[in-house]
Formats: sequence, structure tokens, C-alpha cells
Amino acid sequence: MAHSARTDCPELPDFFLLKRLARDQLIYLLEQLPGKKDLFIEADLMSPLDRIANVSTLKQHEVDKLYKVEYKPIVSTSDQLCFLIRPRIQTVKWICDVANADKATGRFRRYKIIFTPQKFYACDAVLEEQGIIGDVTTDEWSFYLLPLDDDIISLELPEFFRDNFLAGDQRWVRTAGSALHLLHSLYGPFSKVYGIGRCSKMAYESWREQVEEGEQKARQAEIGKVFLIDRDVDFVTPLCSQVVYEGLVDDIFKIKCACVEFGPDVTSSDKSIKVMLNSQDRVFNEIRNEHFSNVFGFLSQKARNLQTSYDKRRGMDIKQMKTFVSEELKGLKQEHRLLSLHIGACESIMKKKTKQDFQELLKTEHSLLEGFEIRESISFIEEHINRQVSMIESLRLLCLLSITENGLLPKDYRSLKAQYLQSYGVDHLLTFANLRQLGLLVEQQPGETLTVMESKVGKLVNDRTGGKLSDAFSSLAKKSNFRALSRKLNLVPKSDEEYDLRVPRDMAYIFSGAYVPLSCKLIEQVLERDGWTGLEEVTRLLNGHEFAVTGSSGADSKAKNDAQRIILVMFLGGCTFSEISALRFLGRERGCKFIVVTTAITNSSRLIEALLDNLV
Amino acid sequence: MAFITANWNPLGEAFYRKTELYEMCWNLRDGLRDCLVAAAPYGGPIALLREPVRRSPSSRPQLEIYSASGVAIASFPWKSGPVVQLGWTVSDELLCIQEDGSVLIYDLFGSFKRHFSMGQEVMQSQVLEAKVFHSPYGTGVAIVTASSRFTLATNIDDLKLRRLPEVPGNTWSAGEVCRGILMSNGPELYILDTTSCTAVVPPGLGPQAGSIVHMSVSFSYKYLALFTDTGHMWTGSSHLQDKMSEVDTKKTTPPKQMVWCRRPKSQQPSVVLMWDRLLMVAGVSHDTIQFPLEDPCVLIGELDGVRIISSANQELLQEVPLVCQEIFKIASMAPGALLLEAHREYQKSSQKADEYLREIKEQSMLGEAVRQCVEAAGHEYDSNTQKSLLRAASFGKCFLTDFSPEAFVSTCRELRVLNAVRERGVGLPLTHTQLVYRQFYPLAIEVCRYLKIPDYQGVSRVLKHWASCKVQQKDLSDEAIARAVCVKVGDSPGVSYSHIAAKAYECGRPELAIKLLDFEARSGEQVPLLLKMKRSQLALSKAVESGDTDLVYTVVTYLKSEMNRGDFFMTLRNQPVALSLYRQFCKLQEQETLKDLYNQDDDHQELANYYVTASYREKRLESRLSLLQTAVDEYNKAKNEFSAKATEEEMRLLRFQRKLDDEKGAGLLGLSLQATMEALLALGLHKQAEQLYRDFRVPDKRFWWLKLKSLAEKEEWEELEKFSKSKKSPIGYLAFVEVCMKSNNKPEAKKYVSKVTPEQRVKAHLAVGDLEGAADAAIERKSDSELAAVLARCPASDRQLLDRLNRAAAAAAKK
Repeated sequence: MAHSARTDCPELPDFFLLKRLARDQLIYLLEQLPGKKDLFIEADLMSPLDRIANVSTLKQHEVDKLYKVEYKPIVSTSDQLCFLIRPRIQTVKWICDVANADKATGRFRRYKIIFTPQKFYACDAVLEEQGIIGDVTTDEWSFYLLPLDDDIISLELPEFFRDNFLAGDQRWVRTAGSALHLLHSLYGPFSKVYGIGRCSKMAYESWREQVEEGEQKARQAEIGKVFLIDRDVDFVTPLCSQVVYEGLVDDIFKIKCACVEFGPDVTSSDKSIKVMLNSQDRVFNEIRNEHFSNVFGFLSQKARNLQTSYDKRRGMDIKQMKTFVSEELKGLKQEHRLLSLHIGACESIMKKKTKQDFQELLKTEHSLLEGFEIRESISFIEEHINRQVSMIESLRLLCLLSITENGLLPKDYRSLKAQYLQSYGVDHLLTFANLRQLGLLVEQQPGETLTVMESKVGKLVNDRTGGKLSDAFSSLAKKSNFRALSRKLNLVPKSDEEYDLRVPRDMAYIFSGAYVPLSCKLIEQVLERDGWTGLEEVTRLLNGHEFAVTGSSGADSKAKNDAQRIILVMFLGGCTFSEISALRFLGRERGCKFIVVTTAITNSSRLIEALLDNLV
Repeated sequence: MAFITANWNPLGEAFYRKTELYEMCWNLRDGLRDCLVAAAPYGGPIALLREPVRRSPSSRPQLEIYSASGVAIASFPWKSGPVVQLGWTVSDELLCIQEDGSVLIYDLFGSFKRHFSMGQEVMQSQVLEAKVFHSPYGTGVAIVTASSRFTLATNIDDLKLRRLPEVPGNTWSAGEVCRGILMSNGPELYILDTTSCTAVVPPGLGPQAGSIVHMSVSFSYKYLALFTDTGHMWTGSSHLQDKMSEVDTKKTTPPKQMVWCRRPKSQQPSVVLMWDRLLMVAGVSHDTIQFPLEDPCVLIGELDGVRIISSANQELLQEVPLVCQEIFKIASMAPGALLLEAHREYQKSSQKADEYLREIKEQSMLGEAVRQCVEAAGHEYDSNTQKSLLRAASFGKCFLTDFSPEAFVSTCRELRVLNAVRERGVGLPLTHTQLVYRQFYPLAIEVCRYLKIPDYQGVSRVLKHWASCKVQQKDLSDEAIARAVCVKVGDSPGVSYSHIAAKAYECGRPELAIKLLDFEARSGEQVPLLLKMKRSQLALSKAVESGDTDLVYTVVTYLKSEMNRGDFFMTLRNQPVALSLYRQFCKLQEQETLKDLYNQDDDHQELANYYVTASYREKRLESRLSLLQTAVDEYNKAKNEFSAKATEEEMRLLRFQRKLDDEKGAGLLGLSLQATMEALLALGLHKQAEQLYRDFRVPDKRFWWLKLKSLAEKEEWEELEKFSKSKKSPIGYLAFVEVCMKSNNKPEAKKYVSKVTPEQRVKAHLAVGDLEGAADAAIERKSDSELAAVLARCPASDRQLLDRLNRAAAAAAKK
């Protein structure tokens, strides 16, 4: 590609091991229930499970029929039922209903619940309450990490975000710690750990505890550095419209477990096709990180090249033809198929996104980021709400407005909220309560002089032991301070210069040159400075909780080691494909490689949907 | 030395020997008659309870605990109910199973620890027989009641009672614990597990063999022996797949005890049967070994033999290990035997020593000879025999250059330890853990160090046990004990202070327990004990500190059941982490509690939100409205005027929708305001829509958009025109143009172009596809960007227009 990529990027470690470990353990657990059994799988575990063990593997271990958990009475005739679920109370309750229904009809079966990645005490409590704790056996499948691609590993826990940041429920922190521990024991020891955010700090501590409990083995590190970051450190980035190809595909077609389903409008047939989107797909691999405006040109060039390759056939003798068919044709065919799919996807995206509306939407987002023409933006949002363009999109814009402006003026807050309720129903009062609690959509407080006091209060509240103050205070601490941060870190490049998206000069290219993602900028800065020194003002604006710890493994001697240029970034609460693209760019620039570990892949609509509370 | 084979008895190809271990130190007046006796395996202690059955209420029987050598450890009068069975747990605790199904647990020194019950139902029907068994899960108890119901607990430390299904015919003649309960009824054999009672047939045991009256499984649970009333004994694998042998004992009375006698890896397992005056060893061959008995005895199955305890002495009956056979067998030519002989001659300074040695060396078997001697020494009980074997080995070793001394050294080491603990005062324990439990701490620590056991498994465990005992010493002050423990234990790996503290609490010293807990580094570890000690507040904050939500949750549930509501909520209030966790749980499980929780906190905002949520679950309008009204009140209390007003409006809207639904069947209930207006307009109910618009102070813009779209969709162009003229449009007229174009009505669209503001006129012209008009407007406005926009749309064929635009653009650029 056109990037001035450095050629000395180190090789990524192989994460296939993670899959194998998970698979072996699952098989072991299934064999704990000998004989034929039906397996019930929680809906959102279906795709991750499929990446680990396919149906035939399961059948080999005496799984008879597979069902999706649907919270309905079951039809299975098997005498042994196995449930593979997340530790959710709702699902456990459903299993209790199933077991109790069997009891009522005098039917005897064996039940086994496999919780993944771990069991919570609350689950046992429910089993006990429903009187079936003696009838079921439970196990834990410590399937923490699903490698989605060479450099993306997901915990596949979308609820992490809401549970942790909205409900203040820290149950998943330990899970994150365990995931980190697993990576550490397989690919560590890490020489340096940086982080920011309260949850990151707790996850770090949980991991340290686990390290101290376990055995330490000296081994050659494959991953040198780790950066932990909370999603609530940077809400702006995931709220922006994505314009890099992979992100855009996610926004429009929804990528699930690195797999996307292209509908008939893309495949130009009457069928939908499921496509794996990862580095194995050579076409995709070349365009995934590109700004959308370049993609179409690239694809048509590619198509022309492909045609030339095909055309080589003409004027070949038989022998040449033979080698062509055996060596090249299959690859070309494959490439052809992928190419036509991506071209189809592109066309479909163009149809939706090059329209006037989308351009104006982007313009509004950019003005919000820059802090210009705010009144116009507000009217745009107002119109957006009034015309009921999209329930989620309107909320997204409102949040973006609030964060970039450090809260809405009381007058605007009330009027926009009122209009939104008129459009989408008063039940969204609860949604607004959630958004306020998270600091995503707030009213400006009269008298901003409180800031110092607030941050003090915030510190107190966030202190692990001194949590004596009520929750209400902690929302005070969640000032976004975006404008100040943007100035300090130079997040919004000067808009008067032309930005050539084909030759990106910084990470801002993922937002058309309008904004450098805060999360990635922080990572860049900290890695550059090898810590938080010099960023004191920034961390103050971000409400602190930053840390930088040097590992015990005598990092100095091996500092030149390749592993030191492999950096693991863990997003607690999810990250977007745009951020991953930005980090890949950064890696190419700096001659290092990033591995992204995230609790789930997110985007603006997933983020907002997680906070909806219209339970109707 | 020569008599070493004197007590060997051949059985098939193997030899069995009975070695005396001890002359018992105890002085039992009535022998073992009419006693319940239980001895723990691995040379464990012996418990005795006199006259268990026929006792007058006035006389209390005595419960006595002895070491294996008969040294009294504890003795106390039994004051509880009639005992059916005694048994030892894996950690050498004494279980006393009573007739009423309660099980009392004592420690090795006879102090009461706790009790549990085998179930309510047992109380009425009484325990007929009971068995204590050991498995990988721990120690289990199985009982059968007078009404032939079996109950099983596989691990008494994690008590789960399994009441097994009824057995056919409700009678049984013999039972054993093995893959559930194995039970016979006449000639039939059944396996009873938690769900069913399955009939099984031992291979090769015909019905003519008679009723099964006794059965026994081996120490390893791998083999099963059945004894029938015709005197036949069947042996086979416990999964009943193969038969090993069938022996006719020619005894028709069932034996008093039947115990497997088997050495690991031996191919010749055998069974020891005991009648009143006879002990019989029966194995694979048809022969048997018979020993007469003078006293009543008790058989204890061990890993590698059977211990026979009588009132006078204790013997070990075992198969003679192969290596000992080879060395000591009369006229044996095994290398080990020759080496032993060589060494004996050497001690006599006889040249024969050299001959023997040469003979071994010629067969190049010297290494093997040394190995045999070392191994045999390990199997011998008599220290003189051990010595002579080891000396022979060491003698042989001198002639070897590259012989690894490891086995020799470790055997010496182990034998020293074994001999030390076999000494009468200590009494036979075999492993260092058992040493510890018997409170020989210095010896145990020495043994650990001597055997080079890693600290983590060895010394630390001893220290832990020592500390646990230390805290029970009533004569020392809390301070002194805490200090002593801290000094000695320090930071030894693997010693858990919380464990020691738990012991302290068990002996009624909560203050000491808390002092000790302070030494515990991991806060999570402190929690369970603190809960037990009812220091719930402290437990909660420790749990929160540990960062383990599961632990927090455990404490929360505990508090919930222990405290009254008010206190519970107050406690949570001080712990935001716990509170939010509990809230999460309530949201899913107990909505009502959630309400109470908010009420307690006077959290009107959340309370209001709660009522709003609740209102959506309500189907009936009246109840929904009343919930919303409550929400309004709460919002007002929370001074959240905005939400209060919004909720009030929702109520008004609901009533309005209901009214229209009743009148016109419009199906509006539950729609948002916008959707309601849309629906009304779609139904042509303009008046009602206008009413909503006024009543709810809908912004003009919104209403205009709405009406515009709805009229265009219904293609009511005249209405639309009238509407456009009703007053100046708050959304401008470009919207009109665009909406008309969306409905593909160009002529209508054109009507509004002229009304569009100058700023948007170019766009409007372009929207209706009027290039000329757009060009005119753009040129008039001399706007760069607008000119460019028109240019972009201008076809290359229209030269004239292009020129005009280009000129204008150039002019605009000059400015």
C-alpha cells in the first residue's frame, strides 16, 4: 500500500494455542457426562463456540442434538441435558424451570451446567432457591479468550460494558484479570504494564494476585508490553461514525465474531452469504484499514489486475496452462469471489452513505469535534429527532454533543430531551437517566468553579476502600473535559490544511482527518514517554487512575528483544474497528505491532443500545 | 535369621505371613467381646465402645481411643444415644453413628467437634446398619434403616444426603458400598444408585450357589468378594465383568468378618475370613490357610495386608513380597539371597564370601542383588532383618562402580522414620501427616526435614497444625498465643492464618481469632470466618476490599438472611459496591426488594424510575396510570420537574389515546406522541392531531414536518397547498419541494420553489431538476460553492449554460 510502512515490524505470536486449550477443556467437560446428551447453548455463545469446536467435534463426544437456549419449554427426549451458558441469572432460572417441569411430570434426567468463562455465586444462589441444586452438576469452562484474527482477541462479553460502567457491578473485573493472566502465562512475562481507568486498575490488581498465587516459570516473552484502558476514558471515539472500511462494514452489516452476513443486495443473488472477515481474506486484508473513499478505486484496480491474470491464459501452451490451472487458478477464483463480494458491499455502502444525509451527518460530527457552529449542529440534531431519522442515531448525536461540549445548556438539554420523548416515547426517560449516570448526556451545572472540589470528591469516591459517598457523587467526577483534552493532545488537526486520505499522515485518517482517536493517542503518548510523565494535566482531566508498572523480569537486558515491540492493548468495555485500524497504522509507523484484546467489539449503536432502558 | 520363613504359609504360588506388630499396651478386662471396635487404616488409632446394645440406662458405656499399639489416648463415658457403628475419617476423626441417624464427630483426642444427621426419616425407623467408607471425595457414610431404606452421604465435609430408591421386596441380606450401594437379597444382587435399583449378575455365580450373606470390596474398590449360605466364596472384579475364583470354604455359617488381603501389583489377591475361632485365607487356588483363633479379633483392611487386633496383641497378615520370597526362600539362588549369604560369610571372615560374590558377579547380577536387598529391607518389620539386608547391600555396593546410591539412601532414611514411629510409645503411624495429627510436632518437623519434604507440604503443614492446637490452649492469654503463633509461623508458605483463626473461633476465642486474622494477607480469606463470627460489617468491607464480587455477593446473601431488613439496607448503604451488586440481583430476581431499597434510601429519583418501569409491565390502563402517578409524585419529591412533567404528559397522552381508541378504534394506546399524531393524520383525524399539537406544545417545526409528510404520502396536494399557506412555514419551503419530489410529483414541487429562501433556492431548483433556474439563482448569489454545485450537475452538451456558469464562477472568484 501507499503507507510508508517500516519493514522491521516483529512477528505476532500465534494465538491458535488459545483455541486449542479451550477446545480440549470443553471436550474434557463434555466427557464428564458420559453417554449421549443434548446440548443447549446460549444464543450469544453459538458463534464463539463454533470457532472453537464445530458440530462434528461435539458429536464425536456424544452430543446428540444441539439446541439454542430460547427460554421456552424444551422438546428434548434425551435423558441427559447439558447446558453451556454464560453465568446469567435469567438463564439459570430458565434451567430451573426446565428441571422443575421434568420433576412435575415425574421425568428423570441428568442435568449439567457448564458456565463460561466462570460461575458466579449468584447462579448457585438461584439454583438453591429454586430447589434444584442437588439435581444438577455444574462446571466451569474457562474459555476467556477467543482469537478473532491475528491481532484481535475478544472476551465476547458485550455485557461487560453495561454491567461494569452503568450498573457498577464489578463481577467481570476478575474475569478480565484471569484473561490477562492466561495471556501472561502463555506469552509473558510482560516487562511493562500501563493503564488508565478504574476498571483497568482493578483488573490489573486481580491479575497480579493471580500471578502471585500461581507458579512462576521463566520463559522467553512473546509479548512485551501491556496497556489497559477503560472504555469510559474515551467515549467520543466509539460514538463517531466509522469511515474506515472494516468499521463501516460493522456499522452497516454488523460483524459478529469476525463473520458478516452479506444480504441479497450485496451478493446480487437471492441468497445471503456469510463471509469470514480476517487476514486470511487477502482482498479484505488490504482494504480493511483504508478510508472508505479509497476503497472503491482500489477494488476496481484489483479487478483489472485480476482480469490481466486471467487473460494470461490466452497464448499459453498446454504445459503452461497446466501449471496455471494447478497453481494459480484456484487462488484467482477465490480472489475473484471475494473481490466481487467486497465490490458488492462497497456499492451497497455507497448507496447508503454517499447520500446528502450522510455527508451532513459527518459534517455535524466534525463540527462537534472541532467545537465550531454548535448552534447549527444543535438544530441539525433537533431536526434529526423531529424527523425521526433514527432512534439510536439521534441519541448518539446528543451524547456526542454533550461530551464535546461538557454538557448541554439546561435550556437545550430540556428541549432536546422533551422532543426526543415526543418522538420515541416517554419510556426513554429511563434511557436518559442511564446516559446521565454514565456522564454521556448531562446538563451543564451552573457555576463551573466547582471543578477542583469535584475532582477531589471524585478521587474519594473512586478510592477502593473509601467508598462511603453515595453513587450520585461519582457522576460528578465524570466530566468529559473533551475540549481541554483535545487542545492538550492536539486531537483535532487544523482544518485549513488539505488532508490526503490516501497517504495518511496520522491516525486522524480513520475519521477523514478530522479527529485523532483519544484512546489511541493516549496509547501512543504513553508508549513514547514510557509512562505518564509529562501527561499529568491530561490524566487530571481524565480523572486519574493511571498507572505504569515495570515487571520483575529484568526487562533492561532484553529491551532490544522483538517481544518488546509487541504491545497488547486491552480495552475494558469494548473497542471499535476504527480504533484497531488506528493502532495498526501506529504500529506500521513505529515498527511495532499491537494486539487488541477487548471485552467485545463495539460501535456506536452497540454502545447506545446497551444503555437503552425502554423495556416495553 | 534362619527362621525367617517359619511363619510363611503357602497359598497357591504365594506365601502369606503373619507378623506380630505389638503386644498391646492396653489392659482390657473383657477382651474385645461385646465391643464396637473401629481402627483407622494406615496404622491408625483404635476406638472402642463397650456394650453397645444391651446396657442398662444407669451405666454409661466408656468410649476409649487407643493408638495402634494400645497406648490410651482418650477415654470418656458415652452420654449420648445408642451407637450402631464407629468409624474413622480420612483425617482421623472419629464418627459415632447413632441409632437415630445422628452422627457425632470427635477428634483423635476425644473432644467433640460437631454432629450432623442422616435425615429426618431415619429418626423414626432407626439405623439398622451403617458403614463408613473412604473415597476420593473424602469420607462417606452409608446407612440402612429398619425399613430397608438406604441413605448415602459421599462426603461428610460437604454433606449431601442421597436417599436411595426402595429396594425390591424391601429386604436385603448383605450390603457394601461400591459404585453406589451393592446389595443382595437372597441369591440376587443389586446395584442401588441415586435413581434406580439395577439387578446385576456376578459372572459365573449360579443360583445353586445359594443366597449371598456377606460381601466385601477391596481397599482399592477394585475387587469384590461374595459369601453365600452354602459356604461358597466368589471373588471377582467390582464392576462384575470377570470372575477370579470360587472357593468352597465348607463353612455354612457366615463369617463374622471378611476382608481383602492384597498387595498392590500382586497378581494373587486373597480374602481373609474370620469366624469365632478360625481365621481363613482363601485365594485364587482351592487351598486355604487356616489359623485357629483364641481370642475374639477384629480385622482391619490395609493397603497391603490385614491387621488383626486382639486383646493381647496385634498382627499383620500379608502376602510375602516377591523380593523377600526370593531372598529368604529356602535354598534360593536369587542374587539377593547369594549376596546376603556372602555378607554373612564375610562377617564370619570366611573365604566363602568371595565364592558367593564371584558367583553373583559371573552372572553380572551384582546390581540386581543390591537392589533386591535394599527393596526387601524396606518390606521387613524386624529391624535386625532390615539391618542385615542393608549391610549386605552396602557390602555388595562396594564392588560396583556406577551404582546409584539413591535408592539405598532413601530407603535407609525412610526406614529410620518408620522405625521411629513404630516405636511403641508412638504406635505405628506410617506417614508424616498422621504423625502431625497425633501431636508429635517436633518429631514431625524433624521427619519432614529429614525426608527433605518441600516446606510447602511438610513443615508448613506441621506448623499449621501446631498453631491450630496452640490456640486451643486455654491457659494462655490471647495476646501470648497470637504472639507465639506469629513468631513461629511467620510467613511460612502455605500456612493460612485464617485457618488458624477459624480454629481459635471454634474453641470459643473470637478475640484471638480476630487478632490472628489481622496477619492474613489475603483479605478474601478472612471473609468466611468473619461471617461465621457474625462480624458481618467487617466481613463485607473485607470482601469489597478483596475485589472479588463473588465474595461480596456471598456476604450480601448471608447478611440478607441474618439481619432484619432495615439493618441490612443500612449496611449496604455504607458499601456502594455491595449495594450496586445487590441492586443488579434484585432487578432480575426481586423487583419488590428494589423498591424497598430505594425507599429506605429516600432515593426518589430511582424510585420514580422504578415505577415507570413497573408501569410498562402493567396491562390495564388504570393500574398503569396509577403507577405513573406514583412516579410523578416521586419525581416531584426528587425535584425532577422535567421528568415529573414528562410523566404527567404521558398520562394525559394515554388517556387521550384511550378515549380515541374507544371512540374511533384508532389503536393508539402506547404509541409515542409523534407516532400518535402520525397515526391520527394517517386516519385523517386532523382536528385531533391539531389538538395534540396544541395541548402538548409540540414544536412547530415537528408538526409541520409531520403534516407535510403525511399529506404528501396520502397525496392530498390541495390540502398541502392550503397548509403551506396557513402561515409562514417554520421549516422553510425547501422541505416541501423535497417531500413532493420524494413522492415523484414534480409539478407540485415546482409550486414551492419560488417560496424557498434565497439561500436554499439553488438547491430547490436542482431538486426539481431545473438547471436553468438553479444557474440563474446561483449567478445571482455569486456563490462559489453553489456555482460549483450547479456546474457539477450540468451536462457537457449544454455549452451555453456551461459558459455562463464558468464566467460567473470566474467573476465570483475575482472578488
